[in-house]
Amino acid sequence: MLRLVVDLNRCQGYAQCAFLAPDVFAMHGDEGLLYDPQAEAAQRERVAQAAAACPVQAILVEELEASDA
Amino acid sequence: MPDTALDALRSSGRIVVVGASLAGLRAAETLREKGFKGSLTMIGDEPYEPYDRPPLSKQVLLGKASAAGTALPRRRAIDAQWRLGVPASGLDMAGRRVKLADGDEVPYDRLLIATGVRARPWPNEAEAELDGVFVLRTRDDGAALARRMDAGPRRVLVIGAGFTGSEIASACRERGLEVTVAERADAPLVGALGGVIGAVAAELQRENGVDLRTGIMVTGLEGDSTGRVRAAHFSDGTTLECEVVVVSLGAQRNTEWLLGSGLGAGPRGIACDAGCRAFDITGIVTDDIYVAGDVARSPHPLFGYQFLSLEHWGNAVAQAETAAHNMLSESTDRRPHIWTPAFWSTQFGVNIKSVGVPSMGTEIMITQGSTAERRFTGVYGYQGRIIGAVTFDNARWLEFYRHQIESTAPFPPPYPTVDRRAEGSRPVPADFPDPSVPTHGPTVTLSGYSPADRRLTFTPAR
Repeated sequence: MLRLVVDLNRCQGYAQCAFLAPDVFAMHGDEGLLYDPQAEAAQRERVAQAAAACPVQAILVEELEASDA
Repeated sequence: MPDTALDALRSSGRIVVVGASLAGLRAAETLREKGFKGSLTMIGDEPYEPYDRPPLSKQVLLGKASAAGTALPRRRAIDAQWRLGVPASGLDMAGRRVKLADGDEVPYDRLLIATGVRARPWPNEAEAELDGVFVLRTRDDGAALARRMDAGPRRVLVIGAGFTGSEIASACRERGLEVTVAERADAPLVGALGGVIGAVAAELQRENGVDLRTGIMVTGLEGDSTGRVRAAHFSDGTTLECEVVVVSLGAQRNTEWLLGSGLGAGPRGIACDAGCRAFDITGIVTDDIYVAGDVARSPHPLFGYQFLSLEHWGNAVAQAETAAHNMLSESTDRRPHIWTPAFWSTQFGVNIKSVGVPSMGTEIMITQGSTAERRFTGVYGYQGRIIGAVTFDNARWLEFYRHQIESTAPFPPPYPTVDRRAEGSRPVPADFPDPSVPTHGPTVTLSGYSPADRRLTFTPAR
């Protein structure tokens, strides 16, 4: 499982994350961002790409072991 | 000469953090990152590990995330002892101990207080307990409200049109629920952004189908025979049938547990210096007690050294990092918390962001875009300088205005800006409510003519 948080003070709505991991990040209106703070492990690669591609580096991700509650 | 006491603290001291939310967690991570090797105890009144609150009024109400799935990602392991589900109940400053509600005491060498705020409850306790009456602050609040919204109530009443109330109304409309918003002021968001922007927010709500009622108060909630809320009564004498009521009347600071401790804590928060050290009631700064996040009030050089109390996500992070750094530093290595205030809100599909302190502004100028198009930048002026800025779907410009605020640039801005329209040709009054007029005091109204039917109705302070 993945935990994530976006620093929305930094976010400027470039939408790179919504393009790279559309099941986790979605634009809401022209520049607002909605994301699921808890993503499936299967999204790991996509979320990592989204975090790396964010032009303002606003995405923090932590991967948890499956056994963690 | 090296500070041996500080070395001992770093290697084997005891640091206790009261408040296991965003500020407490980020402080704990910073302490470990800076090499703190002693014992770390995290005390939290909620039974959950630190979670993020902003999604609760957005993704969670829209059904796009679960309230239980909002735990904050960690920047690093913090190797802490967690005391969750047990609130702190007292502080012994001389004995350096935090008392817990279960009777335990936790000794400390350095204490960080990050107890935050809680939702201001509906003032009538019996009415507040009616089934269907909610507040929204915690994970449990978010889960309960989301579940009730899933059931498709015929009408939701939101009391208070601040940011949280407006976001809840937005989520209701997006889910196709009928929603009424009751606001005492003349428009939504006026406390934070003033009447000019409030008018834009009001239009936005009405265009999206919100039944927005301003200049009005809810005087009572009425339940049916099974204890479920069924109606609300307004100060204009009207009644509204509603199945869900969300009380969004702002927040109260969690400082009651410090009553009598000698620390300078009260309803307005805990006063601390720019280095995050708490003041005691004599006005002397303590050496071992630090404060961060929503519960803190600290002087900001950029804003006339006013003690600012900022219920902002970014403030919690920045102040926690500064507090943690200063806890482990010699006095000459300490840093001031001089973060420039910033916040965001998403409502009705519009991204609203702000920097600086708009509420200090006396004038506003729409320097870019147009309020009619809901895409603009408004700049707030105070005594000839730029003191704050707000954007509606124009966030990329905000960084520029932050630099303007930090460099005390002149207001009105003497330079041309991109996409300047006719409405941005000159500043207009920002139209903030007069702070000398109480908005939270009790209201007494008299009715009836003959002495026999003369009635007095007392609406308590909220």
